[in-house]
Formats: sequence, C-alpha cells, structure tokens
Amino acid sequence: MTTRPATAVPSVPSVPHDSPADRTVARDPAHEHRDALDVAGRGFTSRLLVGTGKFASHAVMRDALVASGAEIVTVALRRVDLDRAARFGGEGGDVLDFVPAGMTLLPNTSGAVDADEAVRLARLGRAATGTELVKLEVTPDPRTLAPDPIETLRAAERLVAEGFAVLPYCSADPVLCRHLEEAGCATVMPLGAWIGSNRGLRTRDAIEVIVEQAGVPVVVDAGLGVPSDAAEAMEVGADAVLVNTAIAVAADPVLMARAFALATDAGRMGHLAGRGAALPATQAEASSPLTGFLQ
Amino acid sequence: MSAPPGRFARHLAGLDLRERPWTDADVDRALAAPSLAGLPALLSPAALPRLEQLAQAARATTLQRFGRTVRLFAPLYVSNACLSSCTYCGFSKGLDVVRRTLSVDEVEAEARGLVERGFRHLLLVAGEHRIEVSADYLVECVERLRPFVPSISIETQTWSDDTYARLVAAGLEGVVHYQETYDRARYAETHVAGWKRDYDRRLSSTERAAEAGVRRLGIGALLGLSADWRADVVAVAAHALWLQKGYWRTEVTVALPRIKASASGFQPLVPVGDAEYVQALSALRLVAPEAGIVLSTREPAALRDGLVRIAVTTMSAGSSTEPGGYTTPGAAQEQFSVSDERSAVEVAAMLEAAGYEPVWKDAFPLSPDVARL
Repeated sequence: MTTRPATAVPSVPSVPHDSPADRTVARDPAHEHRDALDVAGRGFTSRLLVGTGKFASHAVMRDALVASGAEIVTVALRRVDLDRAARFGGEGGDVLDFVPAGMTLLPNTSGAVDADEAVRLARLGRAATGTELVKLEVTPDPRTLAPDPIETLRAAERLVAEGFAVLPYCSADPVLCRHLEEAGCATVMPLGAWIGSNRGLRTRDAIEVIVEQAGVPVVVDAGLGVPSDAAEAMEVGADAVLVNTAIAVAADPVLMARAFALATDAGRMGHLAGRGAALPATQAEASSPLTGFLQ
Repeated sequence: MSAPPGRFARHLAGLDLRERPWTDADVDRALAAPSLAGLPALLSPAALPRLEQLAQAARATTLQRFGRTVRLFAPLYVSNACLSSCTYCGFSKGLDVVRRTLSVDEVEAEARGLVERGFRHLLLVAGEHRIEVSADYLVECVERLRPFVPSISIETQTWSDDTYARLVAAGLEGVVHYQETYDRARYAETHVAGWKRDYDRRLSSTERAAEAGVRRLGIGALLGLSADWRADVVAVAAHALWLQKGYWRTEVTVALPRIKASASGFQPLVPVGDAEYVQALSALRLVAPEAGIVLSTREPAALRDGLVRIAVTTMSAGSSTEPGGYTTPGAAQEQFSVSDERSAVEVAAMLEAAGYEPVWKDAFPLSPDVARL
C-alpha cells in the first residue's frame, strides 16, 4: 500500500482567491502546474476530493483512494461504527480503518434531515475523529438527496459559531452560496447534478456565476460521472471537485480514480493557462476582412 | 367499526390492474422507459423469455442508485402472542403453539446478542396482541435499545397516530406494515378475525406512520396469498411511488415475501416460481428505482445470492423467527421456517465474494441523549 506521506503535503500560506491571471504558479519538474488549494487554512496539492460510499469492499475503497492521489476524503458518520472498530479492527473493521494514513478526514453529516440532526451529528463526529472540519449535508428527501438550502444555512451558522470549519453541500444557487460564505463557511460545495447520478456538470451556468463571485473555494460536489466532467468543472474555474459514485461503481474503481486525478489536474491547468475564445460554429474568422478596404 | 379508506386506498381504487394479453412489443416499450403503466407488461408471461434482459437492466439501476453495498439487519421476535386470525400465519390466534412474549430485559439480552454478532439495524417483530405487546411495552423496548442500537424498526400490529408519534420520539426509525394482499376480497378471506381483519386500517397505517415522522417505511405483499400475484406486485409498486411522492422525507423499502411452510399448514393458491420471482423483483426495481428492496431468510441461499446481484439492497441474515431464538432457542413456536440458515458472518462473506460491501451500520442515533456514534 503506497500512500502519500504526510510530509509531502506542503503547508502553504493562505492563497488569495483571485483570478488565474494574478496567480503565480510554481512549476514542478514534471511541468505540472500544481498550485495549492487552501481549505480552512490548510494547504493541499490535490484538487480532487473523494468519498467512501458505494464501494464493493473496504479494500477496493482503500486502493481507489490511494490511486486518486486525493488528500481529503469524506466519510459518512452514519457508517462509522466505533464499537466495531474497537472490537474487530483490520479486515473486519470499520471504514475508518481503511482510510490511508496521511489523508485528511472530512466527516460528513449524510443522513441528517434537518439542522438539528446535522449539528448533533457534527458534534458526534468531532468527538469521534478530533477534526473541526465537517462536510455539512442536510438531505431530507431520500429519493434525490437534494440538499435543503434553508436547513443547511441554519446548520452552517450554528456550526461556524461552534468553531467548526464548515464545507456545505448545497444547491448550485449563487445567492445561497453568498449566504453560506457570509455565514463563515470554509468553502461552498454546489452540486453538478443529483448526487450519484453520474450526469455531469448539469449546473454549469450557475457554477460559472458561483465561481466568479466566490471568496472561498468552490468545490463542485455530486453528479460528476466521467473524468471529462471533472475537467470541465475545473476549466470553468472550480477550485476542486468531489467524486464518489463515479469511482465506486466503475468496473475498475482504481483505474477510474487515477483517471479522475489526471482529469482534475488537466482541467486546473487548462483553467490557469487561460483558454482562447471559442467562436460560434457559423462565425469562422474571415480571411478577407470586410473592412480591409479601409487600410 | 371499520376504518375509513385512507388516501392511498382511494388512489389504488382508481388504478386499472386488469390482466391483458401483453405482447413482446409491450415489453419492449416498458423496458425502454420503465413506469408504473408498463409494469404489468414487465410482469407478464410475455416478459419471461426476456428475463435476462430484465435482470441486466435492474442490475444497472441498482448499482447506480445503491452502489456495491447491501444493508444487513436482523429480525428480533419479541412475541408470538396474537389476537388476529390469519389463515397463512404460524402465530395465528387459536393455533396450538407454544407462545412467548419476551420481557424488556429479555429483549435487551437478545439485542445485545445480535449486536455482538455485528448487527446495528434491528427489526422488532411481534404478533398482534395489544395487551402483551402494548404501545407502552414497545416504547420501553425502543428506549432500552437506543443507546446501543443505531437503527430500530418495528413490524407489529398497526397503531394509532399518537402511538406512532410516541415511538418516533423514543427513537424509532422504521415501521414495517405489509398489506399481505391488496385484493380486498382475498384479504377478507385470509384475515378472518381480529385487529388485522380491517383492510383499510391496515392500508392507511403506512401513511399515518409517515405523517407521525417515521423515517423508513416498509411495505410489501405476501406472494401466493392472492391468485393474482402480479396485481399485488403492481399495487406494491404503486404504493411505494405514492408514498415517495406524498411523504417525500420518508425512505420506502419494499418486500415481496413468498409464503413459507408454517404451523398454519396454509398452501399458496398459486405458487410463484423462482423465475417469476426474479422477474417480479427485477421489474419492481426498474419501476421504483429509489426503493430499497428487502429479502429475508425465507428464500434459499442460492436465490438470495443471485438476487443480490440484481435488485436486492437489504437482507436479514442468521435469522431466528421465534421469540428468544437467539439466546434461548427452542422455547417457543417460530413464525415460519427459514430457508437460508447461514450465519450472518457467512452471508457477509458471500457478499464480499460477490463484490459487495456488507453494510452493518447505516444510521446514527436519532435521540439527542445518545452521546456517541
């Protein structure tokens, strides 16, 4: 098992959230542009966040997490079983036993249906894992698992007041993202499509606005189905993406995890490089300009 | 006094469940865009030659929605005392069987034994005896178990709105009420006396439980009870979709248990064959993609192992259907004989070998007074 050693994750000062043109990019020997992602004052090199649900086994999950190169992994607290971890350990143990060492654990409140439950679950999670990071999920509709904007904002306000670094899963709604940022959230995590749907960046127009206005990192969470979806989100300017189902239910989750890692990096580099304008298909640039006679 | 028809009963009365001579073209259309309207075609003899195609489509839907995971639970029979007479059930009133109702201490001992085996989702099951298995008794059971059982559900008689609300406040997560058959005439023939005889009270209980804030609702039909099992499967699907639409906060699971041998000596009117059973669960998955499908140890191991790859998302394992059967077996009559007698560990190993993660815990304590995960 190879994991990224904890020491390889640089601790960098807070990177201002600014336009790509203003950014100074460090070039590594492989000519990869890996500018740091800052989440709640912690620096990360990988911009791919991963989840732990839906995998065929804990062992496959662990291998996929390693292949993803991700540094942040989210774990559903409702799946965490401290008693089991204590009693069984190893192969029969709890999901937490299979998260590679050195990864930053991001407990999530999946299953919470209102702000009260999310806050209580976040507190249990902090007590169990010792991190103040929490991925806030409030999903009262078990069918779509669509995030509840009202209860999410309420929970975010309370959790920030209690000292949590809150990463809220939310609708791709620019105004809601403004509210969540004003409430003190560490990021916003608008959905690309319904969670688990693998339908891609269906919310692209809204994501573009959210990215343009945001003063905290924008992590596109949910719905990305193939690596090119992740690249698209990153090209649009998202600071990171979170992928779970697309990796977990792939025929080869480990290979898919690696593919998402490369696509996320490629999308980021493409964004930083600054794309050329795309012309409408019907408007090819005329080789003989209509105004040439003026010269 | 009979209960008035509930809202779903009125909805169901408006559905056309008549048999038709479905054709291959009907099956094509139904497969291309699965819907309740197309379900009868998917369940018809015309679709049986297409079973592999149906199963493949169901598998893709199951994987997409639920991933490679199967939730495990254990039934905990708290009582086989019963005041209802149902022709197919081993607990039916009047049957000369050894009756037992566990004390709350005994329920706790059974639950601790199941937790020791790895279970975190428990289903408390009882016959219908409102004196021995009263609302107060159930509330006490839930309160006793909640500090160490993350997910508690009940499968008992139906209750008043107030009792559902009390149970939810005590930390109850799920309620299971199978209608057994949605055919009123056949329901009346098989539920001959007692609380359960009231078809409408039974059917409306799921919507009342949902209104009381129950988070998971289990519904189902006992296949083989009615001559037209296909109509019952369509009714189950309609019920699941209706509940999901009307009670959008509630998670719905469905089950289609087949009648098993029991002390009742009941014989099914029309046995549902294994291929038709796979057809029924595959079609149900396609039409209700978000509904969890539950499969108990009534079914034999080979069939259970096959259905996990197609449609099933929740399983019991290592089950005993007799009150006290985990800690003091042999002291009371079982409800039915289980077919899959493998232990929970063996079922979990089968799931892992098949490429599925056995999920033992998929819940958090609902009561604010429980201080750890």
